[in-house]
Amino acid sequence: MADAVLFEFLHTEMVAELWAHDPDPGPGGQNMNLSVLESMGFRVGQALGERLPREMLAFREELDVLKFLCKDLWLAAFQKQMDSLRTNHQGTYVLQDNSFPLLLPMAAGLQYLEEAPKFLAFTCGLLRGALCTLGIESVVTASVAALPGCKFQVVIQNS
Amino acid sequence: MAVCVAVIAKENYPLYIRSTPTENELKFHYMVHTSLDVVDEKISAMGKALVDQRELYLGLLYPTEDYKVYGYVTNSKVKFVMVVDSSNTALRDNEIRSMFRKLHNSYTDVMCNPFYNPGDRIQSRAFDNMVTSMMIQVC
Repeated sequence: MADAVLFEFLHTEMVAELWAHDPDPGPGGQNMNLSVLESMGFRVGQALGERLPREMLAFREELDVLKFLCKDLWLAAFQKQMDSLRTNHQGTYVLQDNSFPLLLPMAAGLQYLEEAPKFLAFTCGLLRGALCTLGIESVVTASVAALPGCKFQVVIQNS
Repeated sequence: MAVCVAVIAKENYPLYIRSTPTENELKFHYMVHTSLDVVDEKISAMGKALVDQRELYLGLLYPTEDYKVYGYVTNSKVKFVMVVDSSNTALRDNEIRSMFRKLHNSYTDVMCNPFYNPGDRIQSRAFDNMVTSMMIQVC
């Protein structure tokens, strides 16, 4: 298995590169950069959603897919499992990771709280992409209360 | 060996379809289309049954007098349909399973290709070569 730090370094560089040209792009530019990161994560998530469940049996329901995300996807991407999964049984799931590997090297507490969303956009896209391949349309948002813990909220879009 | 191989997307349109006897291709396209109903039936039957194991390989979908149609569905609801010649009795179940496994692996590789947009027709030459190796004629 490749060293986890390789992806961490690449990810940090991706975020840094997007903000390098204009460190303070204003809300419009900020959103543009975040959606670039999110769509990159989306495409990667789509491919992962095809490759990872290959030897597994078919998923029977939505909760199975979410459990797959928390266990297998997180294990493959970040070498650890998600710390907790909560749901309101009406299409909203909250995935909580108390020591997210991409935020770990940054700080442990409230420092850099405003910069944290930039480092979560790719992962939100990753979750959304994997869910999309597995047949679930969703909106994924992330929130940080205190580094390095973070919560990902998945809202299933039912037409 | 397979006579026709098709990859059908989640929304039931073909991503890739190829058959060996190049005359009468329409007949195979029609067969694959009708087999989709059987696939859907099997998938919904799996959902209702309280069976713990849910396999990806669906097995023989329906036999006609000349051909047998086999199906396989992935976790992303992409279906693979394979039509084989009935006269080729040497083909056993586990051989069909291994052919589907190869198909699944090649399809995953196509998905991971950054130049491929999910939902487009599959134009990968590597995928084509793998399918050709499965369709080599007897005569």
